[in-house]
Amino acid sequence: MIRLEAITLAYPTRHGDVVAVRDLSLDVKRGEFAAVVGPSGCGKSTLMKLVTGLVKPTKGRVVVDNHTVNGPLKIAGMAFQNANMLPWRSVLDNVLLPLEIVEPFRSQFRQKRASYVERAEALLTSVGLSGFSHRYPWEMSGGMQQRASLCRALIHEPALLMLDEPFAALDAFTREELWCVLRDMWQRLQFTVVLVTHDLREAAFLADHIHVMSARPGRVIKTKHVAFEKPRDLDVCYTPPFVDLVHELRQDIAEVRTS
Amino acid sequence: MTLTIDRLAPWIFTLGLFAIWEAACRLFNIDQFILPAPSVIVEAMVRYYKPLLRNGFVTLWTTLAGFGLAVSFGLALGLLVGWSRTIYRGLYPVMIGFNSIPKVAVVPILVVWFGIGEVPAIITAFLISFFPIVVNVATGLATIEPEMEDVLRALGANKLDIMLKVGIPRAMPYFFGSLKIAITLAFVGSVVSETIASNAGLGFLMTQAGSNFQMPLVFAGLMALAIEGIAMYAVFAALERRMTGWAVRSSQSAAG
Ligand SMILES: Nc1ncnc2c1ncn2[C@@H]1O[C@H](COP(=O)(O)OP(=O)(O)OP(=O)(O)O)[C@@H](O)[C@H]1O
Ligand SMILES: [Mg+2]
Repeated sequence: MIRLEAITLAYPTRHGDVVAVRDLSLDVKRGEFAAVVGPSGCGKSTLMKLVTGLVKPTKGRVVVDNHTVNGPLKIAGMAFQNANMLPWRSVLDNVLLPLEIVEPFRSQFRQKRASYVERAEALLTSVGLSGFSHRYPWEMSGGMQQRASLCRALIHEPALLMLDEPFAALDAFTREELWCVLRDMWQRLQFTVVLVTHDLREAAFLADHIHVMSARPGRVIKTKHVAFEKPRDLDVCYTPPFVDLVHELRQDIAEVRTS
Repeated sequence: MTLTIDRLAPWIFTLGLFAIWEAACRLFNIDQFILPAPSVIVEAMVRYYKPLLRNGFVTLWTTLAGFGLAVSFGLALGLLVGWSRTIYRGLYPVMIGFNSIPKVAVVPILVVWFGIGEVPAIITAFLISFFPIVVNVATGLATIEPEMEDVLRALGANKLDIMLKVGIPRAMPYFFGSLKIAITLAFVGSVVSETIASNAGLGFLMTQAGSNFQMPLVFAGLMALAIEGIAMYAVFAALERRMTGWAVRSSQSAAG
């Protein structure tokens, strides 16, 4: 699904080029859940932008769905640490936003609005937001907004979901709740996920593969297969192999930070 | 209880100010030709209500005409400037230069071009009031959250989509906020022009009254101006609240 081939990306700045990633290679199969971890500033958000075609690599090639990426992908759902809800739209209208943009929904939006609304309501219900669709984002807590943000990223049933630290601003309980929400959605819809996170437990709980990046200029220095049976239960986080895995990742990152 | 006091406060303060003014005029026996007392001004307003109404109407419509032009032009230019960084860069110095010219200095030119009368007043009102609208609309467009833009672009949205779905709605609070400022400035523009080159309007009336040493009438004119100004400000403040209530409420929300 996704292949990054020896990507180098330099941001031009006033003080010369900042090389954010160098020789970055990555492979993500269709339907796979990939997590990317690494020290702060190593180029994780840059990786997201590269995959979605929002920035062009200085060197190397990005391939998504067997096509070289030359511009914005047009199909990816994205969610960030901030929910980025539009405050003048109700939750429902926020969730419907992608359908107003992505074809073929876009040209049928008027005729099929009723069925789209139904779809959005179903999605909102599945994340525990039934009955909130006519509220405004600012009437909801951060955790609720983040749920709605996930719905917005998934409403057009994208083949690819890109998440950049989506749960980082939430409390531990809400975060674990949303892990399960995401897990269930992924099990149900089978899209490909790239999740950038600082939370190693999050990565280990959700992902099939965890890619560890080096300090800037970032590249993937290690890919760890996570073999726990799926669908996973939160209890898996308290088993010795899980704790060992998190511990190992922790050491890897501590190493690249100091080196 | 505190709510009623809050609501009454503007009236109490205004009345208090007038009371002090009145008392000071009587206590220190201030000459009417220097500073007429409020009671004298009110008397003049009643006595001269006809010319005040007639000229007040002229000032109001020239101001609104200039303001109307400023709104359409300012909105269009603001959208254009907010649309592209290149246009923004190109126009910015021109606009700053233009805005720093005192508009009084333009009136004589306008008189040469359009003659004495209402046209220079309308144009002055327009020139002085469009700038805040442009700046506000452009700011609203230019400060779209980059992440929101990423979300939309990754869905295949083009620039126009982003402007229509995010840019313009989010610029609306800035736009309606700027109307309050623009309408006040428009009054300044039309009255300045009327003072210099006109044969109608409150500015004209006040200059005339001044040269005839009718100080109470001058102040009555000022009062009429203040009333018009406050009324228009209130109209646009109310419009702002109506149109963009979400901006106020969302900035007060707990989750941010
Ligand atoms: N637009 C930009 N212009 C210049 N430099 C940039 C730009 N965006 C990112 N960088 C630099 O590239 C590097 C990687 O940035 P990036 O945002 O991808 O890091 P990150 O891994 O997402 O960090 P964090 O974990 O803190 O979110 C950083 O050193 C940053 O300073
Ligand atoms: Mg980041």
